[in-house]
Amino acid sequence: MNNKFDIAIVGAGVVGCAMARQLTLCGATVLVLEKAVDVLDGASKGNSAILHTGFDAPVNSLEQSCIASGYANYLSHAAELNLPILKSGALVLAWDQQQLAQLPELIDKAHANGVNDVARLTREEILAREPNLAPSVVGGFEVPGEYLIDPWATAHAYLLQAIANGTELLRGTEVLDGEYTNGYWNLKTSAGDFVADHVINCAGLYGDIVDQRLVGESCFTITPRKGQFVVFDKAASDLTTAILLPVPTKKTKGVVVCRTIFGNLLLGPTAEDQTSRVDASTNREALLALRDRGIDMIPKLENFDVTAAYAGLRPACEHSDYQIRHMPDQQYICVGSIRSTGLSGALGIAQYVNKLLVETRFSNQPLTSPVIPDVDRLSNYHPRDWQDQNNGGIVCHCESVTRREIMNALTGPMPPASLQGLKRRTRVCMGRCQGFYCTAELAKMTKGYFELPLGVQHENS
Amino acid sequence: MKIADANQPSPIDVAIVGAGSAGLALAAELKRSGVTRVVMLEREKTAGGIPRHCGHYPFGIREYGRLLKGPDYAKRNVDTAVKLGVEIRNEVSVTELHPQGRLSLFTPSGLESLQAKRVVLCTGVRESSRSQRFIGGDRPLGVMSTAALQSLVYLNGMHPFSRPIILGSELVSFSAIETCRHLGIRPVAMVEELDRVIAQKTILPYLTLRGVPLYAGVHEPKIIGKKHVEALAFVDADGKPQTIETDGIIVSGRFRPEASLLLASHLELDPGSGGPVIDQFGQCSDPSYYSAGNLLRAAETSGWCWREGVSTAKRIVQDLSSAHYEVRGYIRLSTNDPAIKFALPQRLVISNRPGGMTDMQIGLLKPSRGVLKASCGSQCVSVSKINSRPMRRILRPLADILATAPGSDVQLSFEES
Repeated sequence: MNNKFDIAIVGAGVVGCAMARQLTLCGATVLVLEKAVDVLDGASKGNSAILHTGFDAPVNSLEQSCIASGYANYLSHAAELNLPILKSGALVLAWDQQQLAQLPELIDKAHANGVNDVARLTREEILAREPNLAPSVVGGFEVPGEYLIDPWATAHAYLLQAIANGTELLRGTEVLDGEYTNGYWNLKTSAGDFVADHVINCAGLYGDIVDQRLVGESCFTITPRKGQFVVFDKAASDLTTAILLPVPTKKTKGVVVCRTIFGNLLLGPTAEDQTSRVDASTNREALLALRDRGIDMIPKLENFDVTAAYAGLRPACEHSDYQIRHMPDQQYICVGSIRSTGLSGALGIAQYVNKLLVETRFSNQPLTSPVIPDVDRLSNYHPRDWQDQNNGGIVCHCESVTRREIMNALTGPMPPASLQGLKRRTRVCMGRCQGFYCTAELAKMTKGYFELPLGVQHENS
Repeated sequence: MKIADANQPSPIDVAIVGAGSAGLALAAELKRSGVTRVVMLEREKTAGGIPRHCGHYPFGIREYGRLLKGPDYAKRNVDTAVKLGVEIRNEVSVTELHPQGRLSLFTPSGLESLQAKRVVLCTGVRESSRSQRFIGGDRPLGVMSTAALQSLVYLNGMHPFSRPIILGSELVSFSAIETCRHLGIRPVAMVEELDRVIAQKTILPYLTLRGVPLYAGVHEPKIIGKKHVEALAFVDADGKPQTIETDGIIVSGRFRPEASLLLASHLELDPGSGGPVIDQFGQCSDPSYYSAGNLLRAAETSGWCWREGVSTAKRIVQDLSSAHYEVRGYIRLSTNDPAIKFALPQRLVISNRPGGMTDMQIGLLKPSRGVLKASCGSQCVSVSKINSRPMRRILRPLADILATAPGSDVQLSFEES
C-alpha cells in the first residue's frame, strides 16, 4: 500500500464514509483510518434510521443546510447505490395544550427551512390516518417528506463505493499523533505512519480528542448522549404508517415511534448525558419506561413482543449547531458535533467539506465513470435475495437471510470483523429469535472470519 | 383399473408445518389411520425438532417404552413417520399462510405454492431472548439461549465459553447444566429473578451435586463486557450488589410459541398463550387449519406434544372423513385475570362431533393458591381449587363449560384464599 494520500479521514462513521465517497469520486486518493475493528462502531451504530427533511433544524444553521443538501442527494443516489427507501412521512404530535401552542412556530420554522409541504392537521385527521394512536392526542402537523432508510447499508454503500474507486480503509487503526510540516501531514497511527495533504477529522465521539492530538486544541468538548431504543416485533409495524414525532425540546427530538425499513417498529431514543464515550449499555428501567411511553401513544403496543433493545451514543457538545472548523493553514478540517442528524446530513456535510477543500489546495477532478458497488438490499418492503435463484437457502429464518448474503458479506471488500458487523451487513440474529435457531449454523459459516469466534471445537466432539 | 400418473401427484391431504415431536407423531398417526398423502414441511436441514439437540435423557418412555436421549428420540420419531409413508421435505420454509389451506413456500429449488385439504401448524416454541426479558447492560458476544448452546455443542461439536452463568431456573436451565457437563465445564452460577427455582423443588439437590451455586430473587441483572461477556452484575435477594465474573450467559427458558407465521396470517391469535385460537378439536379460526404441540402454549414436554399430535391426528381423520356435524353454536373461553396467562381451547364448538379435548389447559403468570372460577356473566359455571406456579401443567375438566348455552362468553378468574 502506498503511504501517501491526498486526504486522510479519521473515523469511519456515516460522516467519514460519506466523506470518503465524495472525495474519492472527486479524484482524491483517500485513506480512511478507523480505530475500531469495524466501521460504524461509534455514534453511527445506533440511531433511528430516518432520512429527515431537516424541518425542525435551526433556521439558517449549517446543520439545516447540510441536511437539506444531504437529503436531496440521498434521494438522487439511493437507487444507484441499491439503498432502499420508504416514504412514510412523519406526523409531529402534540399531546397537551402547551405542545399544541408550539405547533404554529414549528410549522413556520419548517417553511423557513424550505420544507413547504408541512401542514397542520386536526386531531380527527390524525386519528383517521393513524387509528391506533391513543385518543389523547390533541393535534399535530404532517411532514410528508420523511423517509425510512437502512442506516448501516447507507454508510457501507458510501464506503464500498469509495473503496471500489481506490480508497484505502484501515480498521483497528488509531491515530495517535500527527504533525503538519512543509505542506504535509505526517500521521502516526497504531498501524504505522502515513502522509497526507489534508486531514479531515470525522471522529465523532472522539472528535475533540483527535483535534487535541493533531492541532493541540478543540473548539468543542464531547459529552456523549446515550439514546436507548426498543425494537418491537414485526407484527407491530402494522400499528402505524407515519413516523410519529413528538414536539421537540431544546435538548432532544424526543421519543420517536416509527417503522423500520426492516419491518419492525422502533421506539426511542432516551437522552441521557454521560461522560463515557464507550458505555452504550441499556438498562431495564429505561427500557420499560420507553415501552410504557410507547403504550401511552399506541395502546395496542402492549400486546406485542420486543425483539431487541440497544443504545446509541450521540456526540453532543456545548454547541447546538454542527462545528465544522477549517484550518486552511494546516490543511485540517474538523467535522464535529454531528449530534443526531448525521445520517440525514452526511452527504451534505461531505459536499460542504469538499467546497472548503477546493478553496484551498484541492482541485476536483471528478471520476468520469466511477465504479458502483454491489450492495445487498435488506429491506422488508423491497424484493430480497431469498426470493431469488441460487441463494443457497435461508440461514436466518426470522430475517430471511440467505447463505449467499452471508457469504457476500464475509468475502466482500469490507468483511465484518465480528458478529455485530455481520448483523449490520446481513441482519442475521436481528430477528425475533435473536439467534435461537441459527447460532450453530452461523458459528460454522463464520469459522476463521472473526476476531472472536462464536465457538471453538471441543474435545468431546 | 385406474393408473396413477407419476407427473400428477395425488392431492395433499394434510400438510404439517414443522417436523418436531408433535408434527411427527401427528403425521405418523395420520398414515396409520389410512390418510393417503401427508407432507411435512421442515425449514431445518434435518427433521426432529428441539429434541435433536437435547443430548440427554429422559425421552420416549411412554412413546417407545424405553429411555432415550433427545437425538435418538427425534430420530425414532422421524424414522417411524418415514416408514409409514410420510413425505418429509427438509429445508422448506413456509413463508405465508393463506385461507383454505394454501401455503407459500421457499424451497431449495425456488418459490412454490402448496395446497392441502388440511394444514397443521406445529412450529413449536423458542426461549425468550435477553431483550424480551429486558435484561440490560452491554451487548457483547457470548450471550445465548440454551437451544443455541445445545445446537453448537451437539450439532457442531463446538463450545462458546467455559464458565458460563445460567440465567433462569426452569427444567431447560438444568438441561443447560447437563450440556455444560458434556463439555466438561461447570457453570459458575444459576441466577433466577423469581424468589425460588421455577422447576420442581425436588431438583434442588442436583445443583448441590453439580456444585452450581443458586442466586434466586435477584434484581436488575446486567450483562457486562466490551467484546465478549466478562461478568453478570445484579442485586441479590438481600439487596447487596454482586458481580460474578463469567465468559458466557445462557439466557434459558421463558418459552414462547414460535408464532411468526401466525402473526402475519389471517388466523386468530391468542395474545395470552401467544399461539393460535383453537377449539376443542385443535381447529383454528380458519377450519382448514389445525394446530398441535407447543405452538399452542409454552411449554409442555416432548411427550405431551407427541400425544397431543396423536390425538389431533385422530380428530383430523374424523374431519376428513367428511362426516357432517350439526353445529349448535360456540362458547368463548377467555380470561383477563392478572394471575392467569392463558386458557385453551379458547373456543368451544357445541355440536354432535365426538372426540374433542375433555380438559382445558391453564397457565399461570404468578404463583397462585386459591380458587379457579369459570363464570358466564354473573353465573358461576365451575369452581376448583388451585395451588400452583407458572410453567406447571394445570388441567381442568371442560364438561361444565360445554354445558353452558351456545353463545356464552365464559371467563376464567382466580380468587386468592
